[in-house]
Amino acid sequence: MKNLLLILALLLPTALLANEGVPLEKAPVNLDDQASLQRGAKTFINYCLNCHSASAMRYNRLQDIGLTEAQIKANLLLAGEKVGDTMTVAMRSKDAKAWFGATPPDLSVEARARGADWLYAYMRGFYRDDARPTGWNNKVFDKVGMPHVLYELQATLKPAEYDAVVADLVNYMVYMAEPAKLVRGHLGLIVLLFLGVFFVLARALKKEFWKDIH
Amino acid sequence: MKNCMKCMLDWVDARFPLTANWKTHLSEYYAPKNFNFWYYFGSLALLVLVIQIVTGIFLTMHYKPEATLAFSSVEYIMRDVTGGWIIRYMHSTGASMFFVVVYLHMFRGLLYGSHRNPRELIWLFGVGIFLCLMGEAFFGYLLPWGQMSYWGAQVIINLFTSIPFVGPDISEWLRGDYVVSDATLNRFFAFHVIALPLVLLGLVVAHIIALHEVGSNNPDGIEIKAKKDPKTHIPLDGIPFHPYYTVKDIMGTVAFLIVFSAVVFFAPEMGGYFLEANNFIPANPLVTPPHIAPVWYFTPYYSILRAVPPILNSQFPGVVAMGASVVIFAFLPWLDRSPVKSIRYRGPLYKRWLAAFVVSFLVLGYLGTEPSNVWGQFAASMPIIGGADRATVVARFFMAIYFAFFLLMPWYSKSDTTKPVPERVTA
Repeated sequence: MKNLLLILALLLPTALLANEGVPLEKAPVNLDDQASLQRGAKTFINYCLNCHSASAMRYNRLQDIGLTEAQIKANLLLAGEKVGDTMTVAMRSKDAKAWFGATPPDLSVEARARGADWLYAYMRGFYRDDARPTGWNNKVFDKVGMPHVLYELQATLKPAEYDAVVADLVNYMVYMAEPAKLVRGHLGLIVLLFLGVFFVLARALKKEFWKDIH
Repeated sequence: MKNCMKCMLDWVDARFPLTANWKTHLSEYYAPKNFNFWYYFGSLALLVLVIQIVTGIFLTMHYKPEATLAFSSVEYIMRDVTGGWIIRYMHSTGASMFFVVVYLHMFRGLLYGSHRNPRELIWLFGVGIFLCLMGEAFFGYLLPWGQMSYWGAQVIINLFTSIPFVGPDISEWLRGDYVVSDATLNRFFAFHVIALPLVLLGLVVAHIIALHEVGSNNPDGIEIKAKKDPKTHIPLDGIPFHPYYTVKDIMGTVAFLIVFSAVVFFAPEMGGYFLEANNFIPANPLVTPPHIAPVWYFTPYYSILRAVPPILNSQFPGVVAMGASVVIFAFLPWLDRSPVKSIRYRGPLYKRWLAAFVVSFLVLGYLGTEPSNVWGQFAASMPIIGGADRATVVARFFMAIYFAFFLLMPWYSKSDTTKPVPERVTA
């Protein structure tokens, strides 16, 4: 056992050396903030959903974040979709490929693939680069095909305000990537509470049965 | 009422050995009374098997084994199927927890000599179960049809290509296509949901029948059947499995479920170890991910695969080493020549080798999750290892220890000093 600990202690520094890459700034994700999720949904539908689909996400699912079906119909269904439809785009992927060099990926689970921090850095990482066909490049995604869609917002808003817009958008995308995240923590607490009580009883039962075993 | 129950039971017993089986396997199966913490993992493995089968059945009701639909059908389960996300997370967490539990179960064998005479067949059935489980995990991992599913399967099937002469034909036959495709997905689905589970269940039954034939080992590694009550012929240190170990295992089950639920509800991705971020990108045959790593439970063997240098431009030696690193467990009952079974009565040699083995397993496991340049390179000026990837050299060192643990066992286990073994089990 002592040998084991010694070897582990010797290996520890090497494990720490393994850290790599530039750390990204932490995205201020807060799924309890419904207003932020709603603002993010609006930004997503107005700006992202023109080119990117979110084909696993249904519009009426937005009731999760406090919107009513009437609100969704009135404000977010812009092209005659039904409220139970998923978020698709009209742009054909072949056209998209010709225009941008790559088909814009479906964003349903993008936040789980990239991570919230990456998205937060990406949407705030666009800079002018005349060498690129769109005139834009990105700090965390070099030679990205996507132009800076939120350019007007970034130009008119104060930096802190723009960061807040992006934070809301990322917050929404984290929710959209896993809608169950809104409920699984609460449900998990109930399950653990139940199991905790069950464990106390199971242990008492075991002790009662094992009293006469020596 | 009681009479009626009794006559119904008699009716069944006249036609099927229900009471006899109940007695053989539960109420009159005498297990040693000194089982400790390590003896929970057998029943827990059975529990996880049941969880995987039940959640798996519900997943097959909604999952589409078709290349253009597979990825989105998983998201459909996560969103539109009632309770679907719980079922899916239970299955994905169950896959990893299966390996956690089985690794601990196997380690118990190494601690107390559970593989030794007369339990060699139990051990062999167990190795069969382990191989089946690896197959289940590999085939099942393709089904979500994410980037890591796709490229992981591509890499593993390509390993067969390195077999001399027949390799390329074998891998094409396995894939059913020139690349991993819909045909591959379809057959992997068949293997995952019916072929291997059937074999697995058969092996589990054989594992338990063999166990109940010879009786369980215990932390002292002595045979409780050697000391029986002269009148009742019941082992003096044995207690009926039911109710004693059934109530104890209920407690263990609940404790396990607390850990299991904590993962399912609070960390289903387990920091990328149970569900990898790259697998949330749909499979794309045209884009190879920069870093392809298997799920954590395969990484020790994957490290061994990478650590062996190619010979004559062929990866085959690495593939053989990886296969050997798994199959070698089957030879353990005959490699171990110690006069005692339990680590409690073994000498320092075995303890040190076992510790070294555990450390190599963990280090190889960690290195398998990282690219081989993770620790950079040795300075070019160094002799022999100059310019080589540090991680590869470390992996080679621990691979040598991993194999030495098995291959040198006949010598160190035999020459090790031992302590006297007690007549009866101790607490």
